[in-house]
Amino acid sequence: MSTTRRGALVLGGAVIGGALLGMPRPAAAKNDAEDLIKAFTGGASVATGKVKLDLPDIAENGNTVPLAFTVDSPMTADAHVVAVLVVAEGNPRGGVATFHFTPDSGVAEASTRIRLAQTQNVVAIAKMNDGSFFSDTRQVKVTIGGCGG
Amino acid sequence: MSTPAPRPRIRLDKKEAKAGDLIEVKALVAHIMESGQRRDKDGNVIPRKIINRFTCEVNGKLVFACDLEPAISANPYMQFKFKAKESGKVVLTWIDDDGSKIVGEETLTVS
Repeated sequence: MSTTRRGALVLGGAVIGGALLGMPRPAAAKNDAEDLIKAFTGGASVATGKVKLDLPDIAENGNTVPLAFTVDSPMTADAHVVAVLVVAEGNPRGGVATFHFTPDSGVAEASTRIRLAQTQNVVAIAKMNDGSFFSDTRQVKVTIGGCGG
Repeated sequence: MSTPAPRPRIRLDKKEAKAGDLIEVKALVAHIMESGQRRDKDGNVIPRKIINRFTCEVNGKLVFACDLEPAISANPYMQFKFKAKESGKVVLTWIDDDGSKIVGEETLTVS
């Protein structure tokens, strides 16, 4: 194959393009929300209910989206929430936070501020001390993405 | 660290309580929470630097903790509650990726 000028340009472009694509790009990694949920539940079935996730319907700034949740539980030594996993399905990475509770927490609720890259579902899964799991999902429309894309 | 550890801002909704009362804690600490997803203008990935763990201990007993991921906003804010049992120290700890700790403390009186 003779190397023409056009051929060289195409080849050069392909090399540069390939180099750009081939760079380690954490942002391009697959969202691991599903794997995180599996690891958290150990494959156990998750029922809806008990968890109430509170997020705005529309977030104008994805860099700081208020998130709050409450889990319906008496929080006694016999029946309490052990942990709550929060994942974001549309972020570069799925993990948001894992909250750990004890009977001394009194109630299973917390709030923080999170980053959302785009419009997506946020899922909260509560692990009870008896090994059962409950979840709630909320969709948030994001006007300006967070995570500094 | 080149800059001194930031002083966290902690607020308990009451500092004097009866046993069994729920105490609401609001805590904020200045931290960049660099996600490790961003690039500088030369296209290099800015290394991740976040607070990855937050704990609240009352008289040395853990009552609440949180594992943080890069999806937590800069200057992480935490609000939670715990049940007052006895007077003592409420110690909040933020642990950075580099192992450094930011510690804040409040005193609670339980009657």
